[in-house]
Amino acid sequence: MSWITIGIASFLSAALGALGMGGGGVLVLYLTAYAGMEQLAAQGINLVFFVPVAAVALLIHQKNKRIVWSATVPCVILGSIGVYFGAKLAMLLGSQALSKLFGVFLLLIGARELLASPKKEGKQDKGKK
Amino acid sequence: MPKKRWFFYPLSAAVGLLSGLFGAGGGVVAVPLLRACGLEADKAHATSISVTFPLALLSGYFYLKGEHLVLSDALPYLPGALLGALVGAWLLGRIGAVWLRRIFGAVVVFSAVRLLLR
Repeated sequence: MSWITIGIASFLSAALGALGMGGGGVLVLYLTAYAGMEQLAAQGINLVFFVPVAAVALLIHQKNKRIVWSATVPCVILGSIGVYFGAKLAMLLGSQALSKLFGVFLLLIGARELLASPKKEGKQDKGKK
Repeated sequence: MPKKRWFFYPLSAAVGLLSGLFGAGGGVVAVPLLRACGLEADKAHATSISVTFPLALLSGYFYLKGEHLVLSDALPYLPGALLGALVGAWLLGRIGAVWLRRIFGAVVVFSAVRLLLR
């Protein structure tokens, strides 16, 4: 892995992550599907990687008053329970099985992005504003 | 919280489950969930990060404890992370994301197939 590919992969993943486009998964994908890293190790790196991405994005979004904190709190409390079981399950499955499961998950996400109706979304946004 | 629907609770747990399981992907559930609770698109995207951030920290803790994470291995990715985050957050609300989503979708599907066939 050269510094240039690391730089490009991390830049693109972070930009998509800050856009809230599921970009966090892009780095895992790069590390596993292209750099040949083990699934669990790639996921661990991605979690650390996400910390500065999220911190910067949150600062900017907070400044633009885009964060609804009253929604954040209950979601995080319940999410923490999910994290506990998710991490347990990941380690139980091991890298091999986990990477297949991740592949299926990504197929679903990719298909959703490809098939999403831009017309419908545009309408919804217009209606809300 | 604008309006909370019955599915808010199980899906909030699902956001965490994805974070723990894949070390990523919580936003995939969080954004539509927040939209369904009445948040506008840009607010849902921004708020989803406020949810996935603490959850990622917690996941990272479990990965560290399970010895699946060496903090120094992540160092080379941090400069790109900071720069990309600045650009991405600045872009939010400025770009029509439809074509971006299509490209993103295509890259993800292609890579997923590659991962599955490995």
